[in-house]
Amino acid sequence: MSNSLLNYASITKKISMSIIGLFLAAFLLVHLTINLMLLLDDGGESFRAAAEFMGKNPVIKVFEIILFSAFIIHILLGIILWFQNNAARPIGYQRANITKTSLMSKYMIHTGIIIFIFLGLHFIHFYFVKIGLVSGLMGEDGHPDFYNSALELFKQPLYVIIYIVSFLALGFHLNHAIQSGFQSLGWEHSKYTPAVKAISTIYALVISVGFTIIPLFILIAGK
Amino acid sequence: MDLTLKIWRQANAQAKGKMVEYKVTGVSPDSSFFEMLDVLNQDLIEKGEDPVAFDHDCREGICGTCSLYINGRAHGPDSGVTTCQLHMRKFKDGDTIFIEPWRAKAFPIVKDLIVNRGAFDSIIQAGGYISVNTGGVPDANAIPIPKVNADAAMDAAACIGCGACVATCKNASAMLFVAAKVSQFANLPQGKIEAKRRVQNMVAEMDALGFGNCSNTYACEQECPKEISVSNIAKMNREFLSAKLCADVKDI
Ligand code: HEM
Ligand code: SF4
Ligand code: FES
Repeated sequence: MSNSLLNYASITKKISMSIIGLFLAAFLLVHLTINLMLLLDDGGESFRAAAEFMGKNPVIKVFEIILFSAFIIHILLGIILWFQNNAARPIGYQRANITKTSLMSKYMIHTGIIIFIFLGLHFIHFYFVKIGLVSGLMGEDGHPDFYNSALELFKQPLYVIIYIVSFLALGFHLNHAIQSGFQSLGWEHSKYTPAVKAISTIYALVISVGFTIIPLFILIAGK
Repeated sequence: MDLTLKIWRQANAQAKGKMVEYKVTGVSPDSSFFEMLDVLNQDLIEKGEDPVAFDHDCREGICGTCSLYINGRAHGPDSGVTTCQLHMRKFKDGDTIFIEPWRAKAFPIVKDLIVNRGAFDSIIQAGGYISVNTGGVPDANAIPIPKVNADAAMDAAACIGCGACVATCKNASAMLFVAAKVSQFANLPQGKIEAKRRVQNMVAEMDALGFGNCSNTYACEQECPKEISVSNIAKMNREFLSAKLCADVKDI
């Protein structure tokens, strides 16, 4: 009975969560590379070219569907795990636990929810404009002008604050998530695990700092 | 040492429990935590009150019977020890000590500080064994086993089934316990025969009993009196994944 692939055990959930999470983490680097093009002093030429490639390429269209499903499954599994985990201890302790742990591991759902809220905003500002659900800034060619919409957004201090808080949360999420994903997949080895832990932190830093410098640079350089 | 104790008192599984305050005086710092509780209980008995019920058996850290969640930590403030190996020198004169039972849906309270850890027995019954036909005693060295594997199996087998990993985990997950029991066999040739079935059945039983999922907080490793490593959890996940993907449909 329990041999069936459909029998979705606790470990199966964690393994799905980590494969998907690591895939999302890899995608973030691609996204960051494109966003950093905003900082190039070429009037948005490279950024527009990259955005156009992302918008037209059929392979990317398929990739988009995979990406959305990945987000949805990751979020649903995260919520299911959270409920199950709470149910496993219906009556808590009088004295809170003071055991030393991987700190961010306790706040994955919280950092996750902040990322989720940001994703919502991100969709309203960009993806929904692209598919024509929401109206946005249009370029001369009749396509949405994401270069100027991004620069516009980064001129609003409130948006920049929300943006930075979200990427801090993402950094904390990733710092635990990457090494945790390796552990869940059983990719644990006396030779490589210390390196995986270090890379996890470095990657989290690169992603959160990388995204955060964009609005800061635009604000300071006054683009 | 003079101490204030706040202890969870609950008459039986159905009763509503509460924290009750007790004072103990003249405790020697050299006494063990249980000797301190013995003094308290002697006092309570003399006063005609109900003594505090707590689990203990060997009192030397090998049976896994003792529990107690003390001041926010499973087995108290010391690391790598069971509650019966905890000494009062780890506390200061005048301290207030909170003593609570293990908390998990799968470990219901029997009375006061005693919980029913029968769930661990069900997990073992689901696969935590090897089947050996009786017969002549085989030669001890008939099956060669690399030293690293023998050591890893022995380290995993040090688990005494106390449940501290469940008690300290924010998700009340039993992954460290199950992982120790899975990898103690998975590291040895004798355990390979039933390996695919074992890991799947034990995990299925663990899930059915209502333990939480692993969030890789690694709190279990910190509180385990036998310092069982979370690398056993990674090993169990590998075993589980390969069993799930590759085991024959009939191999169950
Ligand atoms: C780009 C965004 C995201 C990336 C790259 C990402 C990546 C990851 C990775 C790699 C893991 C580790 C899986 C494991 O522990 O085995 C993880 C865990 C987790 N993620 Fe995300 N995640 C993202 C967004 C989100 C969002 C939006 C949520 C919203 C609910 C979320 C909720 C969680 C939770 C709750 C866990 C921990 C699961 C557990 O405790 O077992 N994540 N994430
Ligand atoms: S793994 Fe450690 S904490 Fe968990 S039951 Fe075994 S000995 Fe106790
Ligand atoms: S009483 Fe046996 S381990 Fe503590």
